[in-house]
Amino acid sequence: MSGQMTQVNRLDGGQIDRGSSLKFKFDGKSFTGHAGDTLASALLANGVRLMGRSFKYHRPRGPLSAGSEEPNAIVTLRDGARAEPNTRATTAELFEGLTARSQNCWPSVKFDVMAVNDAASDFLAAGFYYKTFMWPASFWEKVYEPIIRRAAGLGALSMQEDPDQYDKGFRHCDLLIIGAGPSGLMAALTAGRAGKDVILADEDFALGGRLLSENMAVGGKAALDWTTQTVAELSSMPNVRLMTRTTVMGAFDHGIYGAVERVSDHLFEPAAGKPRQILWRIYAGKTMLCAGAIERPIAFENNDRPGIMLASAMRSYVNRWAVTPAQRVAIFTSCDDGHRTAADLHAKGVKIAAVIDTRSETPMSMDYEVLAGAQVINTKGRLGLAFVEVQQADGSMRTLECGALGVSGGWNPNVHLTCHQRGRPAWNAELSAFVPGGTLPPGMSVAGAASGDLSTYGALHSGAKGAADAFGIKAADVPTAADTPAKQSAFWYVEGCKRAWLDQQNDVTVKDVKLAHQEGFKSVEHLKRYTTLGMATDQGKTSNMGGLAIMAEIAGKGIPDVGTTIFRPPYTPVSIGALAGRMRGMEFHPTRLTPSHFWAKERGAVFVEVGNWLRAQWFPIEGETHWRQSVDREVKATRASVGVCDCTTLGKIDVQGADAATFLNKLYCNPFAKLAVGKVRYGLMLREDGIAMDDGTAGRLAEDHFVVTTTTAKAGPVYQHMEFVRQCLMPDADVQLISTTEAWAQYAVAGPNSRKLLQKIVDPEFDISNEAFEFMACANITVCGGLRARLFRISFSGEMAFEIAVPSRYGDALMRKLMEEGEEFDVVPYGTEALGVMRIEKGHAAGNELNGTTTANNLGMGRMVSKKKDSIGTVLSERAGLNEEDALKLVGVKPLAREDKITAGGHLMAADGPVDAAHDQGYVTSAAYSPEVGSMIGLAFIKSGDARMGEKMRLVSPVTDSEVEVEVTSAHFVDPEGGRQRA
Amino acid sequence: MHSLTPITALGGQTVRVDTIGNAELRESDGLALASVHGRLGHEAACRAHLSDLLDGRLPAVGKAVLRDPEAAFWTGPDQWMVGAPFASHEDLASQLKSRFGDTASITEQTDAWACFDLQGSAMEQVVELLCPINVRQMTTGDAQRTSIHHLGCFVLRRDPSDWVRILGPRASAGSLHHAIVTAMRSVA
Amino acid sequence: MIINHPLLGPRDSAEFVYMGDARLIERPDPESDTVAEQFHDYAYLRDNPAGTLRELWFHEGGDRSWLVVTRDTRTHEISKVELARDVARSKGRSK
Repeated sequence: MSGQMTQVNRLDGGQIDRGSSLKFKFDGKSFTGHAGDTLASALLANGVRLMGRSFKYHRPRGPLSAGSEEPNAIVTLRDGARAEPNTRATTAELFEGLTARSQNCWPSVKFDVMAVNDAASDFLAAGFYYKTFMWPASFWEKVYEPIIRRAAGLGALSMQEDPDQYDKGFRHCDLLIIGAGPSGLMAALTAGRAGKDVILADEDFALGGRLLSENMAVGGKAALDWTTQTVAELSSMPNVRLMTRTTVMGAFDHGIYGAVERVSDHLFEPAAGKPRQILWRIYAGKTMLCAGAIERPIAFENNDRPGIMLASAMRSYVNRWAVTPAQRVAIFTSCDDGHRTAADLHAKGVKIAAVIDTRSETPMSMDYEVLAGAQVINTKGRLGLAFVEVQQADGSMRTLECGALGVSGGWNPNVHLTCHQRGRPAWNAELSAFVPGGTLPPGMSVAGAASGDLSTYGALHSGAKGAADAFGIKAADVPTAADTPAKQSAFWYVEGCKRAWLDQQNDVTVKDVKLAHQEGFKSVEHLKRYTTLGMATDQGKTSNMGGLAIMAEIAGKGIPDVGTTIFRPPYTPVSIGALAGRMRGMEFHPTRLTPSHFWAKERGAVFVEVGNWLRAQWFPIEGETHWRQSVDREVKATRASVGVCDCTTLGKIDVQGADAATFLNKLYCNPFAKLAVGKVRYGLMLREDGIAMDDGTAGRLAEDHFVVTTTTAKAGPVYQHMEFVRQCLMPDADVQLISTTEAWAQYAVAGPNSRKLLQKIVDPEFDISNEAFEFMACANITVCGGLRARLFRISFSGEMAFEIAVPSRYGDALMRKLMEEGEEFDVVPYGTEALGVMRIEKGHAAGNELNGTTTANNLGMGRMVSKKKDSIGTVLSERAGLNEEDALKLVGVKPLAREDKITAGGHLMAADGPVDAAHDQGYVTSAAYSPEVGSMIGLAFIKSGDARMGEKMRLVSPVTDSEVEVEVTSAHFVDPEGGRQRA
Repeated sequence: MHSLTPITALGGQTVRVDTIGNAELRESDGLALASVHGRLGHEAACRAHLSDLLDGRLPAVGKAVLRDPEAAFWTGPDQWMVGAPFASHEDLASQLKSRFGDTASITEQTDAWACFDLQGSAMEQVVELLCPINVRQMTTGDAQRTSIHHLGCFVLRRDPSDWVRILGPRASAGSLHHAIVTAMRSVA
Repeated sequence: MIINHPLLGPRDSAEFVYMGDARLIERPDPESDTVAEQFHDYAYLRDNPAGTLRELWFHEGGDRSWLVVTRDTRTHEISKVELARDVARSKGRSK
């Protein structure tokens, strides 16, 4: 059977490519459609009206609309990892090989066991969950929730990783036009011809908006021809960017808009390297909202059967996609617009059963029957519409046979984006609709149907005028077009109906709204939350107004007095993938590599993430099977001879200027003013509240030039803090700052043979003997025959040690050179673990100790805080509460039994007495196995710790369920006198 | 002449070049950089020195003076980055120090930055996927600091105008390169 | 949000780091007789107005200037943007 034969509802004409035949599957069954089809239009062409089951009652449902406002025809598109639930069949473009499944039904859309909910509907009314699943509380998570989720959930996720990529992008424009219907096209023409930088965005894959769906004349030619010609002109303008398949989903502060461009959603899969979607951040000088209007349905008994849809959607299917939803169609309308649908369908040869108009005065037709003053009071048909029951003006009943019913209750301006900055829509009595009101997002104006201008000419004209007014430019000439808007009146629901759906996606009926009101949920916001009206993925685009109108009627108020809820971003759902963009996996944040990274990788180093840095953690050699073997070896070798560690990651900040010393004196709590040129000093920075912020060293290279180092983690925040002090607290100090962290590759060369090793590479004119270059010296030198370098004699390990820095590009070569020249000393590279072990052995504080709660006093550096000067944090560091007798003091701990484990985070308790928070004596911050001591050791903060040397305590860790006996010691396990580092 | 062999920011012996669609990305290791920050009370003298260095053209806010491969661009109030050919000006900072004396703080910045030249008709589209700057409105000689993949970068629009130079933190050269190449594939 | 940088023009707020109340510029005089109270207030007390607030933003992804941004916390409307250094000087701060 050919495709055309099976497309029983396909008509002539339309904007589809009949030359292409696209095969697709829905619920396992094969169909064909054409390029230009949506999934919904192709299914309707094939005679398929039933596309899903409703959320709560599992009622059979078909498409209500032909656009993104669709509440019903929600399917899972694609298979496997690419399966995407909750996709609107009405906007999903057809492509070869498309597969889709209906949702919310089991085992099949035609026979759904949960449809029993429909029979039990009396129990599932408004507030059902709140009333039923209240007690006992413990039942909620284990019993109720899983059942509800299975019964009521929308589509399910594939639970596989999304194989596609998503991009983020940034675009700027003078004018962002949202919606490419008649008003948007005219706005673009006006601004584009004036040379403005214009972005015209539309969620559809074709530009034209309603003009693609209407059988009317614009500028003396068919609307479609005018559209094609206009789009061609716009395409030729380099200053106009046409963004199709792009939904502007949110209006954010100060003219920033979020837009999702579906780059590859219309393809079987994205082309290699291409993103599936791009989330654009658009910076718009001005914005015109030309989003048109959304037709509103009328609520009547059983108004949710497949085949019942908005009359305008029917017009779209017939005119644009050449599809009739059925061979025999009726129209139910409260305004003139419904008659246009009847005329268009009739012109295409579709049989019109009747036009049922609620008004007594209606347009009449020579071609089909018009029932004035009549109403649809019920419908029939098991899995789709078969009959409508009509009450005629004289009260008599009549049953009409039809496979589809077009419903038109008038149009609501699409005000969604005008609300995103809390603008409240205003009531327009003439239209019986809300129009944009309150404070619009800055720079936004609204044109066309979105502003309440419902005629075609009005749309064209207001689009041109809006753009002209925005920039004080000449409006493009407005083509002739129909200039009388279809008359519309307020008709929200048919009297006496109960199971008449307002919100088809969340299954909220007229009865539910009445019940909610009866139960006291009288505010619109309460109504929403109690009934879930308008809270589905469509945000109530087709349902909110009906709910409001009914609320108003019950309360005896006017609709504007009841109020309206405002819309929030996003306009339509946005996939999490688009929000994440490229920030997944290893691309979640940038990676920083040290200059010796490639060398370390060759050596088989194990790396660890330290902030964004990857640092070598240890360097295993052949035969080592456990990290401890590598780390112990690195520590021992360094302490016995010499080791080299890449410490480039420490922050380096260049501080220059006549007041550089004064500046550092303000930043560090210890004195810096008198530091001699060629010397380095340890410095502790406090926060203004007296808590330690960061530590490091500052070397004075010249009277007016210091090099400050920070910890790896705090390099950014410390730089920011320094700029704050410079610009905000000392604006007249002559100080200049710049980060040089990445400019220099810096290596710690530590161990008794460190000088000997360095002497082999430092150029001979520089004397680095202990006499000429003593502990805490620094200098600009050259190495390896003339390369500029910096040398600092500082020690984190407690050994004789240097840090040597060369421009980063030479870091790799310097490390190789150090290894080569160090062979005679059995040099080892060491990683962050060995570095950590040696600093714990030496009792140096690091991030674990500078943990945001500790003071200089706690760190045993209380006396460093200069009383002779003011620096950041000194005043509050003197507060009594931070200086109590029993303040925590940094000490060491080691186990009484050599094999016992010291657990970082464990708490210290007196040798006897209760183990509880009230008797807590302190806690261990850092722990490591010390090859030097021969057991694990730890650094700890203990109350009055400095006065408790030798005390036996219990180290308790409820987390690891351990308790060991420890002894309080000095934090300096190695060379407490510091003789080695001064050697 | 010293004996140490440099590597490029991406870790190679030679610069990396990627051509994808209508864009070419070329790593550059030929640029020496030094920051110049006018000292308090010496701002005018500092500007005079800089202007002198650049044949009377002082980079204004958000601007660069281009003299390929030499350039100077504005980086902050009374702050500029000066560039010169690495081969002849590896000691750029000390050269500038002699010239500016006490009127400015000079800091070597050569290896603080990875330098990438992005060129081709797709350049603007690539930049749009990378950072929030308004690249379409940028003209030759514009210099902006911006954020690419969370990395603070300078973007300089050069001559011809289908060419931007991107300076990003050297340690993240690999991540920056990956981000740019990914964007190039996206628009190709 | 868009912050209209006094030197660079409109910039996305994503380029900035936020630090709150610009009163932090007004660091108390460490020689004052009531130094402890003043520093306590300075370190811990902030107004949290529903309305206009002068606040500090650091242009980390830009020229590294600290700015004082006057912003309505209810609407995000920004009425004034100044270089913090100028504000500090106008408050009498020097070295």
